[in-house]
Amino acid sequence: MIRDALLLQLGYNATLVTLGAALLGMAAGVGGTFLFLRKRALVSDAISHATLPGVALAFIVMVALGGDGRNLVGLLTGAAVSAALGLLIVTWLSSKTRLAEDAAIGAVLSVFFGFGIVLLTVIQTMTAGRQAGLEGFLLGSTAGMLRSDALVIAVSAALTLALVLLMRRPLTLASFDPEFARSTGQNVTRTDLIMMALVLAVTVVGLKIVGLILIVALLIIPPVTARFWTERTDHVVLIAGLLGGVSAYVGAAISAAMPNVPTGPIIVLVGFALFACSLLLSPARGVVSAYLRHRAYQRQVHLRQGLLALAHGQPIYERLTLRLLRRQGWALPDGVATPEGQGRAARAMRDETRWQVIRRDPAYEAAAARYDGLTPIESVLTADQIAEVDSRIEVAT
Amino acid sequence: MTLTLATKDGLAAQDAARDKSPLAIRGMTVSYGQKPAVFSVDMTVEPAKMTAIIGPNGAGKSTLLKAALGIVKPLAGSTTVFGKPVARVRDRIAYVPQRASVDWDFPTRVIDVVLMGLYPQLGLLGRVRKSHRDAAQHCLERVGMEGFATRQIGQLSGGQQQRVFLARALAQDADLYLLDEPFAGVDAATEKAIIKVLKGLRDAGKTVVAVHHDLSTVPEYFDNVFLINTRRVAEGPVATTFTDMHLQDAYAGRLAGAQMDAIRAT
Repeated sequence: MIRDALLLQLGYNATLVTLGAALLGMAAGVGGTFLFLRKRALVSDAISHATLPGVALAFIVMVALGGDGRNLVGLLTGAAVSAALGLLIVTWLSSKTRLAEDAAIGAVLSVFFGFGIVLLTVIQTMTAGRQAGLEGFLLGSTAGMLRSDALVIAVSAALTLALVLLMRRPLTLASFDPEFARSTGQNVTRTDLIMMALVLAVTVVGLKIVGLILIVALLIIPPVTARFWTERTDHVVLIAGLLGGVSAYVGAAISAAMPNVPTGPIIVLVGFALFACSLLLSPARGVVSAYLRHRAYQRQVHLRQGLLALAHGQPIYERLTLRLLRRQGWALPDGVATPEGQGRAARAMRDETRWQVIRRDPAYEAAAARYDGLTPIESVLTADQIAEVDSRIEVAT
Repeated sequence: MTLTLATKDGLAAQDAARDKSPLAIRGMTVSYGQKPAVFSVDMTVEPAKMTAIIGPNGAGKSTLLKAALGIVKPLAGSTTVFGKPVARVRDRIAYVPQRASVDWDFPTRVIDVVLMGLYPQLGLLGRVRKSHRDAAQHCLERVGMEGFATRQIGQLSGGQQQRVFLARALAQDADLYLLDEPFAGVDAATEKAIIKVLKGLRDAGKTVVAVHHDLSTVPEYFDNVFLINTRRVAEGPVATTFTDMHLQDAYAGRLAGAQMDAIRAT
């Protein structure tokens, strides 16, 4: 069943929903990247929680007007209006009062969400309310989603993606260096507003599929994961879009196959699995490679210190140092240097002396800055320069 | 000649100087909260010269630059660049912010930062062509960083980061260069490289204005000084303006005798 869902074999509607979710995931990953780079990730949490009263009020109004309370466009419009109001309040609180942004986020998030829950309870008491299925907006649900719903989601997600593509340069500049951006005449306040509008659009469009409680994860986890794999902004954007798309696609497909499982949590768990793998396995920033690099470095330091101790005829007390020297065949178990070890020690000693000379001479400042106790001087100076340094050492001795 | 006429001539001459000036600031007041950081400051920068903005910590040096560029909003005052409002001549200005003002773990490479200097020229969707990449690479060469183009910026030393910022400003190909503490926390080799580039710009007819904190290098590096301590203290050529009296004024006696001796020795 899940295999069928992943291969889009569950019928036209399920296919449309899955593809719509994938587009939404891409838009979320791409839009969330700039939120993450601008270090304002939590604002999206306030935005998403602030949608709930809007959804509920829109339902009540549509029923009162004698229409179908479940009309998706109507519900999303309500969500957008109340989310925008929440965002406005967060911005106003943090810029015009002494409240910091995190406090403003906490206040808006809880008050709006609380109000929304109260309204949901009220709806439960209405006759039209029992089948409203508005709880689906909390954790996301693809069950009973109409073809038109999926189309709305897909089109909005595509528009969001296009907007990011258009604004990628101002967004990058405002995230990296807002002062420089302003100096070139860029209106950074407006760029921030566009970024927030993007996030708002993703949040509102994603309500039905991911749910308002977890949409923040779809905005933040993909860029954070992407950051493990690249050092370039444009690549973070692309990879985050890809990861967001894959998470949402897999999540929506699984949920389509198992209608009782809420969609949002599955999507988030898929995203988290990708994040966990990246955290562990990324070659540049991952935990495993950082540990291995640290261990290799530590060993190099121990070997160097051991060789210098041998050169000075000092005893070696550190067991790790001695073990490493023995494994290289440079020392015997009692800490005495082997003939090869003696050669290595003399070479390490000579390297160290040369470094001492150039670190005292301002003329070699640029080269001396690369001293770390391990880099051989040959990789920094030319043969001629080394000869010159050596001539000074001979004079001194 | 009557007194009124002379005054008129004088005012006319002042206006003319301002219109020609690469950077003219009038009555600038900036305040964070209720306390002004910069109060009613006038400044007229001479073209094709290197001008140092000096003054004690918290004297409003950086704030003055930021207000002139509209990065912070002034309470009062106006700025003209080459006689025109700043907004109309952005393409003739290059700005180098303080190095500490950005996050150097940002996912971007050295060459990408330099290319940011070309963003105004590229617009929203213009493709980055080989000519742009070559131009950026050339700017890196000018600051001695050509071997670092594809490094992540976080891997650079402080001095190298500063040089990348300067390269980005060079890519902007401006006529007025404004630098905020370009020598703060950099190694001696970088300081030499930067000053060489800046002097080269000046010799090519560009105007350089830098917030500077090391008084001992002022006479060696700069043509003009602008002393500020919230208010304008003095402005003019180093030889006549960088004097004990003005320094004591600006630093309000906060300059130790030893520092004064060091400056006099240069």
